Amino acid sequence: MTDLRRRKLLVGTALVVVGETVGRAGVISGRLPWTANTSDSPTPAEPGPWRFFTAEEGAMAEALADRIVPPDPQTPGGKLAGCAVFLDRQLAGAYGRREGLYVSGPFEPGTKQQGPQSAMSPTQFYRQAFAALERYCRSLQDGKPWVDMPPERQDVILSGLEGGTVELEGIDGKMFFETLLKDVKQGFFADPLYGGNRDMCAWKMIGFPGAHYDYREWVSRHNERYPHPPVSIAGRPGWTPKTG
Amino acid sequence: MREVAVARKLPAKDAVIIGLGWTGSILANELTDAGLDVAAIERGPWRNTATNFAPNTAQDELRYRIRHELFLRPAQTTFTFRNKMDQTALPIRDWGAFMPPNGVGGGGVHWNAETWRFLPSDFVLRTHLTQRYGARFLPPDTTIQDWGVTYEELEPHYDRFEYLCGTSGTAGNLDGKIQAGGNPFEGPRSRPYPTPAQPQPFSPTLFAKAARELGYQPFPQPSGNLSQAYTNPLGVRMGPCTYCGYCEWFGCANYSKASPQTTILPVLVRKPNFLARDLCEVTRINTDASGHRATGVTFVDSSGEEWEQPAELVILSAYTIFNVQLLLLSGIGAPYEPAANRGVIGRNFTHQTISDVESFFDRSKFIFNPFIASGAIGMCIDEFNGDNFDHGPHGFVGGGYMGQVQTNGRPIETTPVPPGTPRWGAKWKTAVRDNYLSALKPGTGVHGSMYSYRDVYLDLDPTYRDRFARPLVRITMDFHANELKQNAFLTDRFAEIFRAMGAEQVVKQYRKAPYDITQYQTTHLCGGAVMGTDPKTSAVNRYLQSWDVPNLFVMGASGFPQNAGYNPTGTLAALAYWSAQAIRTRYLANPGPLVHA
Repeated sequence: MTDLRRRKLLVGTALVVVGETVGRAGVISGRLPWTANTSDSPTPAEPGPWRFFTAEEGAMAEALADRIVPPDPQTPGGKLAGCAVFLDRQLAGAYGRREGLYVSGPFEPGTKQQGPQSAMSPTQFYRQAFAALERYCRSLQDGKPWVDMPPERQDVILSGLEGGTVELEGIDGKMFFETLLKDVKQGFFADPLYGGNRDMCAWKMIGFPGAHYDYREWVSRHNERYPHPPVSIAGRPGWTPKTG
Repeated sequence: MREVAVARKLPAKDAVIIGLGWTGSILANELTDAGLDVAAIERGPWRNTATNFAPNTAQDELRYRIRHELFLRPAQTTFTFRNKMDQTALPIRDWGAFMPPNGVGGGGVHWNAETWRFLPSDFVLRTHLTQRYGARFLPPDTTIQDWGVTYEELEPHYDRFEYLCGTSGTAGNLDGKIQAGGNPFEGPRSRPYPTPAQPQPFSPTLFAKAARELGYQPFPQPSGNLSQAYTNPLGVRMGPCTYCGYCEWFGCANYSKASPQTTILPVLVRKPNFLARDLCEVTRINTDASGHRATGVTFVDSSGEEWEQPAELVILSAYTIFNVQLLLLSGIGAPYEPAANRGVIGRNFTHQTISDVESFFDRSKFIFNPFIASGAIGMCIDEFNGDNFDHGPHGFVGGGYMGQVQTNGRPIETTPVPPGTPRWGAKWKTAVRDNYLSALKPGTGVHGSMYSYRDVYLDLDPTYRDRFARPLVRITMDFHANELKQNAFLTDRFAEIFRAMGAEQVVKQYRKAPYDITQYQTTHLCGGAVMGTDPKTSAVNRYLQSWDVPNLFVMGASGFPQNAGYNPTGTLAALAYWSAQAIRTRYLANPGPLVHA
């Protein structure tokens, strides 16, 4: 209550009676507060260079994403699907800053059931984890940067992080693996608007029609393959004529 | 110095409503109809379909499901959590086990619209179980109790809510006559659902066939996502559901999901005797020197200014835990003390005991199209709910409905792979591709009750504070053996149905202790300010009127003495209409206690 009390002392006026208008908050009365041609649109990932990653980190993120989601003849891997771009834009945005989350201390380790209690933001965490992984790779016999390791060797290290047998200096390797796994998969399957799932490759792979709106003709058609290609929030190639 | 002496004061209202979700909207509409001048104060923003859930942007799994955009943000306020009383509670820094709503419409914006009634025996639980099995059959330390209101009393109010929403379903019991195709275990209803059940996709149809072959009586889940266009008694028109598969966590772009926005607000907002304030957070309910009369509320607007809204009648209709928090911070009612087993505010806090079964079918024979979905489209059975079966041989009480409810095929959340598949790499990718269309992961599986216990409760945290420096609510919660036994029994029965459907692999995901705050388990938190017949064991009387402050009524699931094996919205809305009727017909003529303790 201390903040409230202080504010009231600053106001310092007793029993001020005023009209219905209060601060910036809205008063809704008499009609639905609706304005034409307004909508609460998402913020798309912008093309271009890395926003959060350094060039080295970006290359590492692409190489990591390609092991979580490896390329195959039908479907691109994490790198070409844009999972690293997705991660970069997320880290440069609200997710990286932990916007909206509860970040007041004290920070104490709890039980697994109490959930993550880290004082670190995702941006701090990824920066330190990438550096720690790079140090680990270089410390190995014939050590070399992560991006120069053969995929089989990368998989062994990732498995070690997943199982807790590979330890990173100053960072919880297992937590790094779990965070990376979650974020890369989100990038692979989220709407392409956010930089991953390029050309809806993940949706095409599984047969998900995406941000499709109306299945009324299909709800009673049982055990039939839905034939139409997926659509993103931003539409799909062919919907908008090419310019320039 | 008293708070009211310095906050700026607004003109007095007949009634002030704290939180404009389902129950706040219902009470506002009823009280304005009765001629009262009403102000509603809502912590979150105004939201409307055309602007906030536009059909070209609503279907965004990352934004709404993963990043929780429509929900309260923990930075605004959160809770601390521990399993046991001897642990130190730590803050929930990001949502997991449940997600509190935020904004006009409340949870009604982003629910699945699974619109159930509780069983007649649920309302007289302790009496019923004691009579059938004896008091010694009840779990040790359980604090279950009767509600003080019966199903028969609530029936007209369930009916009103269903007709407000246009609920789609098949009646199972009309005036005591069992109806083919409906739920034969439900309490008698006075008339059919306002709209017929939704047509069922492939997987619920297959589930129902297998369930019938096993001797069960499957029925369509009652759904607030409508099978056809509907105009409700207030004159508000809704459109038919298009099965887009974005209900839970999402606002409906199509005016098809019952919510305050699609059923009440267009009428309520036009009334001259109503106003709503958004982005204003009530920080306390003010009382006079006696402590037994509410004088209004204090709230803080979005610029941080503090205001007083005086009112003759206060309706507390926030989310479960925030009802409890406001009572505790306002000094209304005796805080619950588990060690001494006395006090009421924070007592009998419950959640839901849910589990699921994933099943994998031959992909050359089964195409389920999981994305053709809605929040409450599915076939259910009720043989193992409440006391619909003899618990004697099983050694537990309670139960739940279970069903193949096809809520979504959104791929971040719903890409099941068979057991033994690695979690990443080429094998994982292949398994995702091969199983997406032919695996089943019910959006609602086993939906079990959670009964109340002495050591599961709410109080104020000694350490962690919100942005106004108020103490966070501390949740102390764990599963008890009774619920774990119940869940094992129900999950096994559920899995048998998927085997009978022809699944090649069936994976049972039992609910296990300890309760885990990171695993989503519905947002059906209940209790903490429960209703009842005795002020020693209840915060509000059978009309949801505070025993301590008779001009304060507390809505919502915070009034449930324990949670049943159904989704809570139908019941908390029926209770809101029941309470509103008592206010309109009895309280307003003679303000004071409606029940004398």
